Formats: sequence, structure tokens, C-alpha cells
Amino acid sequence: MNCKGVILEISNYIDGELDLPVKEELERHLEDCEDCKMVVDQTRLTVEIFCDSKPVELPADVKSRLHEALHRKLQEKGN
Amino acid sequence: MLYATFIKAKARMQPPIGLLIPLSASNPHRLPSTVARDDEHLLVAAAKRGDTHAFEELVNRYEAKIFRLTMNITRNREDAEDAMQDAFLKSYAHLKNFQEDSRFYTWLVRIAANEALMRLRKRRPNQFSLDEPVEGEEDLMPRELEDWGPSPEQRFAQTEMHEILSEVIDKLKPDFRVVFVLRDVEELSTEETAKALGISIPAVKSRLLRARLKLRQKLNRYFGQGGTN
Repeated sequence: MNCKGVILEISNYIDGELDLPVKEELERHLEDCEDCKMVVDQTRLTVEIFCDSKPVELPADVKSRLHEALHRKLQEKGN
Repeated sequence: MLYATFIKAKARMQPPIGLLIPLSASNPHRLPSTVARDDEHLLVAAAKRGDTHAFEELVNRYEAKIFRLTMNITRNREDAEDAMQDAFLKSYAHLKNFQEDSRFYTWLVRIAANEALMRLRKRRPNQFSLDEPVEGEEDLMPRELEDWGPSPEQRFAQTEMHEILSEVIDKLKPDFRVVFVLRDVEELSTEETAKALGISIPAVKSRLLRARLKLRQKLNRYFGQGGTN
């Protein structure tokens, strides 16, 4: 596998979706190619940082309008 | 040398417009199965029987996450709020049709994503289409490469990281951003993402690969050694 092959499979590799022979071939390339190893590690970290991000609290005005709309809907349904 | 040398540019910070904040070490990443708490199905069952308090509890539980999702897709606060409201109102109106073959939260994400996409298409009719073919392979090869050092995200304060994540995701093309948000932020499966967006599984995978590589490239300017100076 060459560098281009690694880049094309980087998502599948990070997600653990590669068949074993392809995974082993990719990892053999990473042992000898520091550039590709860096790209793989940084791409994995990119995913982890976004995946680990959490939502901030809903702004008070947005929350208030949401719950007002919801109460109107619940009342409509109740009548 | 495979990659061209990266020319450092001092990171220019923008005011925060997104809603992403990194978790602290004391609040580690949680999987979707634990995000949707175990009693979710009980609340859904009660709401289906007409218990409005149960539905309100579901809203309280997921409102911040759904707003983050609609904000991440539309990148417009007004549209994000409208999409979130309509998603909750529609989920309530159609609750009886919810089959419980998936988690309520996943079903809600699908509704909210569609509401947000509808508004994004309306606002940018010529700039966004999930039907567009993706770029060729030539564009994929990383052009910028620099050592990030260990745990580069810890070199930034939480609010600073918030701004960085908002800025880089904002610059991603909408058709890549939507797939990335559903797969890697909301943690839907590839199949669920394809179903939510009405595109094929290979199209999801192709856009996800491009989104991840482009985000890595954009983060390079912040995380590259010396990028914080």
C-alpha cells in the first residue's frame, strides 16, 4: 500500500472497518512512513476532539421560546 | 518528502458562533447508549399515553444537543432555533408513529437534521446539494503537515477551543459538514446517517473521509507547534 492508499482508507481504519489483511498492510506502511503516521494520528485526534465536545447550555431566550411553543402545542392537543 | 511544507500563519480568532465545547478530563466522552439514559423508553411510553410532563422531560434532556445539531448544520441562529422548535413539535405530534425500533434520540436527530437541512437549502439554494458528486481523489492528499505535539487541545482554554472548533467547522462545505456532524458529533451510524440524509452509504463514507481530512488540515494552523504564539 502506498501513501495515497493510506489516505483513501484512513476513515475506515480509524473506524475499525478494514478487513484484517488490508489493516495489516496499512499498518506495515505506517511503520515506515512517518508522514502518513502523523496524518492518521492527527485525523484520529480531530475526530475525538469533535466527538468529545459537549453542547453548551441552551441560551435562556431560546429555551424560553421553545417551552412557550411547546406549551401552546400541549394545550392545543389537550383541548 | 510527500507533503509540501506548511507555512505557519498566526491563528486569527473569530467570535464564537458554534456550540461546541470540549469535555474536561473529569467529564470524559460518553457513548450514545449512555447519553440516551436508560429510562428514555419509559419516558417515551408515558408521553405516548399522554403524559405531557414525560415529554417535557425528554425536551429538557435533549434541547441543548438538538440546538447544537441544528446550529452546526445551518450555522445561522434564527434557522437553528426554528429547526429545533419544529423538530420537538413534530416529534410530539408524531410520537404515536414512533416505532421504538431505534432510540427516541436517534429518531429526534433525524427529524431535527431534516428541519435544519430544509432551512439550509432555502437559505443557500445554489450552494448546497447532497446530490452533487464529491471531488476527485487528487484533492485528498494532505498539503500541510506539522507535528502537533502531545495533547495539543490541552494547550487551549475551554472557551478558546470552543472558538476554534466553531471556526473550523463553519468553514467546511455544508454537504461535508452535515455528514460529519451526524456521524462524528451526534454519533449516528453510517447507515443511520445515510437514511437521515437520503444518500447512499458510499456517499456518506466518501464525504466523511473528506470532512475529516479537511478538518485535520484546518486544525493544523492551531495545533501545529508554535501555533499558539
